[in-house]
Amino acid sequence: MAQHKVNYTQDGGLPVALTSIDKIVNWGRSNSLWALTYGLACCGIEMMASGASRFDFDRYGTIFRASPRQADVMIVAGTLTKKHAEFIKRLYDQMTEPRWVISMGSCANTGGMFNTYATVQGADRIIPVDLYLPGCAPRPETLQYGVMLLQKKIRANKAGNAQKAKRLM
Amino acid sequence: MRAYKPKDDVQAKAYYTDRYYVAPQVPKQDVDCDEVFAADLEAIKAKFEVKDAYIQVEQMVIYINPHDIYGVLELMRDELEYTQLSEMSAIDWLAKDNTFEIFYQMLSMTKRKRIRVKYFIENGQAVDSVEKLFRSADWSEREMYDMFGIEANGHPFMKRILMPYDWQGHPLLKTYPLEGDEFAAWYEVDKIYGKEARDIIGPELRDTARVDRYDSERFARLGFEVPKGTEITDDMEPTVQEYQEDGGVFLIRKVDKESSKVIDDPQR
Ligand code: SF4
Repeated sequence: MAQHKVNYTQDGGLPVALTSIDKIVNWGRSNSLWALTYGLACCGIEMMASGASRFDFDRYGTIFRASPRQADVMIVAGTLTKKHAEFIKRLYDQMTEPRWVISMGSCANTGGMFNTYATVQGADRIIPVDLYLPGCAPRPETLQYGVMLLQKKIRANKAGNAQKAKRLM
Repeated sequence: MRAYKPKDDVQAKAYYTDRYYVAPQVPKQDVDCDEVFAADLEAIKAKFEVKDAYIQVEQMVIYINPHDIYGVLELMRDELEYTQLSEMSAIDWLAKDNTFEIFYQMLSMTKRKRIRVKYFIENGQAVDSVEKLFRSADWSEREMYDMFGIEANGHPFMKRILMPYDWQGHPLLKTYPLEGDEFAAWYEVDKIYGKEARDIIGPELRDTARVDRYDSERFARLGFEVPKGTEITDDMEPTVQEYQEDGGVFLIRKVDKESSKVIDDPQR
């Protein structure tokens, strides 16, 4: 017979952990950040690398989804052209709240080296951005660190109140 | 050492001012020095007027009349074995003499030769489409229209290809500013939010060299990150940026830097 040493009367006799609703909701939200695949240019390659086995984004519960309706966070990875601007707005509007946006790389942050007529000078001219990742292109580690910072930001908020709608205007 | 030049307006001025610079030419040779080209040129001359012909960098260049282009390319494709149109577009000479130079780069796989067919058109004139001869001309002619505003008569779908359909202006013209005109600068704002939004969103910031550590709206100083919009003073404490909260999170162990092991030997 096995010699168990379990005290079943500990913690009031039930296997429970006490926490607050805020904590558990935010825990759920922050650890299953499904990302919208939004590779627009070379940064998209680094984003794909973060999702693949070497860097393994699944460890953080970040799984890439191909539909905005299933995604929590939009990772704008690459050069946003003026022709594409209306579509990024439409996809952002299709995401369900709460939603977050990471702007990855110089191009999405400021237009980067494309100081030209055809490039939007920063994705935040179109949609509200939560996190800017510097680099051209940022390493997958940077993206993962960015997602961890976003998780921290999510956990710092109250979950009970509906997320304040983020609008550029 | 180089002399110091103030760099506050480095983006404001074009570093290169001679916009109509013409590159020096490599030497031209007579067509007679290559038998294949000489025979090709004879065949073309028999039916069409050839204004000028020479060999440059082992490729023959011929100048023809604009209205002959369909016939010349048809002859070259069907009888002279130049079966591929590898590239075509235009060159903007508007500042020099109000013309465009149109070129068609032809390739023969059997003869292993390339011929460039060229002609000049006036500003505002249209060209004849060769889309019926070469499918590759379909997109090339649309691109030429998009970038230079030169229309191709007889093209089945004469629309922009790279820029959006509602774009104004033709970006590869030498008079078109690299950073875009007024229309281009507000294109996405006007289209998505309407003209009223211009004041709220503000003009584009084009100076890529601009850094302002006191501006917490747009810049984050490494090691001194503060929330957006915070007033920044000179005597600020560094913020230690850790990706986890103190005390950890429900069910997740907090990383402890002291007790974690750093592997710095890549060959371990
Ligand atoms: S920031 Fe650099 S790597 Fe990323 S899309 Fe722009 S040019 Fe490419």
